[in-house]
Amino acid sequence: MKTAMGSGKVEHWDVVVDPQRPWWRVELGEVWRYRDLLLLLVRRDLLAVYKQSILGPLWQVLQPLLTSIMFAVIFGFMARMGEPGIPGLLFYMAAVVPWSFFANIINRTGQTLVFNSTLMTKVYYPRIISPISTVLATSVSFFVQLAAYFLFALYYQLTGAFAMRYGADLLLLPVLVLMLTALATGFGLIITSLTTKFRDFTFLVTFGVQLLMFMSPVIFPLSRVPEGGKLRMVIEYNPMTPVIEGFRAILLGMPMDWSSLIFGGACAIGALLAGVLLFQRTERSFADIV
Amino acid sequence: MSQRDTVIRVEEVSKRYRLGVIGRSLITEEVSAAFARLRGKPDPRFPVGHDPASQRVGQYFWALQGVNFEVAQGDILGLVGRNGAGKSTILKLLSRISLPTKGRIKLKGRLSSLLEVGTGFHPELTGMENIFLNGAILGMRKAEIAARLDEIIAFSGIEHHINTPIKRYSSGMKVRLGFAVAAHLDPDILIVDEVLAVGDAEFQRKCLGSMRKVADSGRTILLVSHNVNAVHNLCNRAVWLDKGTMRMEGGTHEVIRAYLEKYSVQTSEQQWEPEHAPGCDEVRLLSVKAITECTDGNFVTDEAIRLEMEVLNQSITDDDLGINFRVSTHNDAVVFVSSMERSIGRRVWEPGINKISVTIPANLLNEGGYRFTLSFRRADKVLFQAPDVVTLEVQRSVADGEAYRRWPGVVHPLLQWVR
Repeated sequence: MKTAMGSGKVEHWDVVVDPQRPWWRVELGEVWRYRDLLLLLVRRDLLAVYKQSILGPLWQVLQPLLTSIMFAVIFGFMARMGEPGIPGLLFYMAAVVPWSFFANIINRTGQTLVFNSTLMTKVYYPRIISPISTVLATSVSFFVQLAAYFLFALYYQLTGAFAMRYGADLLLLPVLVLMLTALATGFGLIITSLTTKFRDFTFLVTFGVQLLMFMSPVIFPLSRVPEGGKLRMVIEYNPMTPVIEGFRAILLGMPMDWSSLIFGGACAIGALLAGVLLFQRTERSFADIV
Repeated sequence: MSQRDTVIRVEEVSKRYRLGVIGRSLITEEVSAAFARLRGKPDPRFPVGHDPASQRVGQYFWALQGVNFEVAQGDILGLVGRNGAGKSTILKLLSRISLPTKGRIKLKGRLSSLLEVGTGFHPELTGMENIFLNGAILGMRKAEIAARLDEIIAFSGIEHHINTPIKRYSSGMKVRLGFAVAAHLDPDILIVDEVLAVGDAEFQRKCLGSMRKVADSGRTILLVSHNVNAVHNLCNRAVWLDKGTMRMEGGTHEVIRAYLEKYSVQTSEQQWEPEHAPGCDEVRLLSVKAITECTDGNFVTDEAIRLEMEVLNQSITDDDLGINFRVSTHNDAVVFVSSMERSIGRRVWEPGINKISVTIPANLLNEGGYRFTLSFRRADKVLFQAPDVVTLEVQRSVADGEAYRRWPGVVHPLLQWVR
């Protein structure tokens, strides 16, 4: 509620458009008011992609599954990078699922504003709705993929190829999912803000995400990287490392590194805050520069 | 005067745009500007000692400078101005699409802006899905859309295709669907850009009709238009923007009159040197002159207007040269076309200068602006056209009453009534 002095009496205004908005004010109330739009945009993103494809939403599962099979064959079977006692498919899926969530958010949010530019120059809505809807739509596929993982795990458990039984560790999974989402959203927002102004980032991002994958323990476990080396340091400072390792720890029963998990959590919160604030800052001029 | 609530207040609003290539700024430049802002120093990209009165400053352009106005509830405010006056900019600021560089805008109630029909339609989604999406984009709640869904579908007139992806729709169907959603918005303040005025006559009629409905229910409308007649007919107040500043604000009638006085360049006669005259090898138009019998020289509705012209015949020896005289309004509606042969038949053309005149009878044209175009035909083909050779404002005659508003219609003929 904002009030302003006008002709002696206090007047109530519903909206005050003021370029001097403080940089730290995040208008979450606006996002809440536009929640219906948010949900409809998520629906649009989910529906529109698979229209006119025969397998439809099945692709949500097929994509990471095929990637995992490919990794299992190339890196697990041929390069012997997997973990003994764990089926290759599960080992790679446990990392590919969270990784593709991260990569998809970064790649897609970076483009949302440019994609939605016709919308942005014609109508007002809280701009952050666009990247949030992308994150939500992507997270739907993530959860479907996670469910698929558990189905495969169950299959391997029944056939006896995978000995692990899930216990209380599973309660940590939502925390990891939140960490992953925060990290991806934060980076996504930062990249969105940058791509809107400097289109060059669109090309950098696809390459950067690919590079980042090789610096994260996706195709190999962290334990296979020689300790004390430069490469090990780079991988350890990568905020995605604790997330991927955490997923493997919970899903495959591998050892959990708590201190790196805390580092990852701090990075996630920092990235999210930085992303939201930077986005708020650049948001005002989006319509003028896209 | 009743004390109505002010629902829009625009305070000292200025908007600056950057000229030239956008989004290609050097990162170093951005960084140095950011540091300057941090230290509270002026932006280094900004030239020192600029003249605030000019719109262009260095690589920046002030689309609006210090605009102030208020709109009371129930007002229908028309924004008039020429291209580049800042009309669209102010709509963008009011609809919160972009932020002002300086100043503040205060709003009361729910605002919907229609700068385009069918914003955000997704081609792969069905008509039904797009109704919800478009409605939500325009600020409606899902429940509101669901409550009006049947009305919206009926209004659009495409019940049978509502479950078809709209990429299969014709462009007309898309516009109808978009407008059906827009017409069922329920805003306190409606902002309409003149893009809505495109489309066929039926569509325009629908647009104006639903705007009237919104206005009659006591809500506030802001309308931008080049079409002075539309502003005149719909609005009770008007703001005239000129080069980014506000030139005049007040009742529609006074503002429009002042605006027209400034911009309607009345050309009642023209003369050309033979080598520069409009025409072709065979024939050229040397001069035109519109003449009235009215004593003060003004064109009025109840006096005939005679157009005299001099045509230089350079090579035609037979009777095959026809002249069409076309009268159109300022917004390009053709009032009529009159052919010379239909009046006096074909005659052999004399070499050299031929004097021709044509008369529009009294009590035919309405009050307002008209333009005359002449076209010359030979062997069933147009030889050349001399467009808008005369532009004039016809004024209401004293005998025609002191009605506040212009009579509607492109013409205002005096018909024979019997009683």
